[in-house]
Amino acid sequence: MTAATRVTAATRVTALLRSRYAVGLGFLAAAVLLFAVAPLLLSGFRLGQLGRYLCLAMVAVGIGLAWGRGGMLTLGQGVFFGIGAYLMAMHLSLADAGPGGTPAFMTLISSDGVPWWWEPFRSGTVTVLAILVLPALLATVLGLATFRRRVRGAYFAILSQALAAAFAILLVGNPATTGGSTGLNNFVGFFGFALRDPVNRQMLYFIAAGVLLLMLVVARQLMVSRYGELLVACRDSEERVRFLGYDPATVKTVAFAVAALMAGVGGALFVPIVGIISPNDVGVVPSIALLIGVAIGGRTTLAGPVLGAIVVAWAATTLSEQFPSGWTYAQGLMFMLVVAFLPGGIASLVTLRRRRSATPAVGRTA
Amino acid sequence: MTDDLVLAGLTVRFDGFTAVDHVDLTVAAGDLRFLIGPNGAGKTTLIDAVSGLVPAEGSALFRGEELLGRAVHRIARAGVGRTFQTATVFEELTVLQNLDIAAGAGRSAWTLLRRRRETPPAVVEAMATVGLTELADTPAGTLAHGQKQWLEIGMLLVQDAHLLMLDEPVAGMSAEEKDETGRLLQRISGDRTVLVVEHDMDFMRSFARSVTVLHAGRILSQGSVADVQGDPKVQEVYLGPGQHTAEEAAIVLGEDVAS
Repeated sequence: MTAATRVTAATRVTALLRSRYAVGLGFLAAAVLLFAVAPLLLSGFRLGQLGRYLCLAMVAVGIGLAWGRGGMLTLGQGVFFGIGAYLMAMHLSLADAGPGGTPAFMTLISSDGVPWWWEPFRSGTVTVLAILVLPALLATVLGLATFRRRVRGAYFAILSQALAAAFAILLVGNPATTGGSTGLNNFVGFFGFALRDPVNRQMLYFIAAGVLLLMLVVARQLMVSRYGELLVACRDSEERVRFLGYDPATVKTVAFAVAALMAGVGGALFVPIVGIISPNDVGVVPSIALLIGVAIGGRTTLAGPVLGAIVVAWAATTLSEQFPSGWTYAQGLMFMLVVAFLPGGIASLVTLRRRRSATPAVGRTA
Repeated sequence: MTDDLVLAGLTVRFDGFTAVDHVDLTVAAGDLRFLIGPNGAGKTTLIDAVSGLVPAEGSALFRGEELLGRAVHRIARAGVGRTFQTATVFEELTVLQNLDIAAGAGRSAWTLLRRRRETPPAVVEAMATVGLTELADTPAGTLAHGQKQWLEIGMLLVQDAHLLMLDEPVAGMSAEEKDETGRLLQRISGDRTVLVVEHDMDFMRSFARSVTVLHAGRILSQGSVADVQGDPKVQEVYLGPGQHTAEEAAIVLGEDVAS
């Protein structure tokens, strides 16, 4: 290939990237990668790991919306993720125990049987509805309570972080009903399908991939809609929005609730894919890790949070397989580098490139 | 002419300090009223109180509706709009997006969740009125200072504010920009009521239809530009106590006094 043809090919690609079909093409590429390439190339074990990253990426999509677009620095998404996850884990435990049965871990700790607040989740329908409603409902209540009082910035961040800490402490402190620090695990079935069967495990991965793509479509629609513009306006100048006749608390609460819904669904799918949920997955540290992923990927973009979350989760797994204690340092270093040198995250590299390619071609070839 | 804004006994206190002290003020519909006075006279505090930013006692009726005690966004929806001393536009959004947001406080959730397919007529009209049509797709952050103020006024227009309260709209503007702004305000008033807080005496003289002078939280003088300029109390506040020559008064308050 000559240099000249390479240049034209590259220009054609960048032109394509800049076109209005870019987003559609991006979705298509992501779908092909997730549904065709990954299952062909990866072993069942690695595919399960990818499925786990996709669940974390769902939380990241929500963070991108709430933090990147809405300016709400939420350090407590682990709570919503955890609620979704524990609801699912409770249902799976109850289903494994059979009708009227008591999950094994409970009988080990006490003889009280199944607590009353577990009972509704024997029903799969109730569980699914609760997963879709409870995190969003909690976020709505929290959002209205805090945003109406004009709690924002660092204060909101600290509040949300404290919530994540309290949630983890609550789980650890009630081993008889939540499994304590071990959490809930050893699930056998998922809505009647055996989790040991590789075909079912692959199906779970496909469900996670499909749900993530759906969330991206929803997030994209919210971003390009008038609501999306209003959300950015609230982020940049909340007072001004108020003087235009809007209540910014409502605007922000909607984004926060959508983020919570996404986190809850991510948590619910995490449980059957990973096979365990414990306070270690929902407390302060995982909540911040999610946020770091979003920052590294690029919080204001659509794809940035997803890519960031997947890359950080992948790097965490790979690096901690090699150097068990080194990962935390690497994560901190990555975060500092991005904040210092690339505040827009990795996604901003694309924008920079686009801007550069928009300059006259003469200047570049010379 | 009907009265648009009626303030009665409006009082604002901060920790025992009375910033606005039992002000009774009536602004007729379609007026272009200037609110002037030395620093600390309570001009900005007065419009803060009317727009709901600071709590106040007394009464502020807009078209017969009580404004005091309402949330800021409810007052805005009642048709009262304001700007701030520093232009606050959404810097990362374009001129069009800024105006579109201002136009949309009554939009349904369904409309909000969809993309903007066409520009609302009110937005097109407002862009033309404030002269920013050609800059529709420019990010507001890159506008010149004067253009930002015009964009803010345009936002008040599409917001369908019937009472526009502008806090020092020409501060930092060039002479041409000031003239442009003054003509814009004259065009807007008539259909709407405009209340301008201003320090710039030349600007006030050229464009005010009526003037209220505030001093230490109270109304000192009211009337036409000539009335106010000729008022000895106003001269005293601006020039200090004692007798003043016509020349002195002319320097501060304008030539009309000397004539």
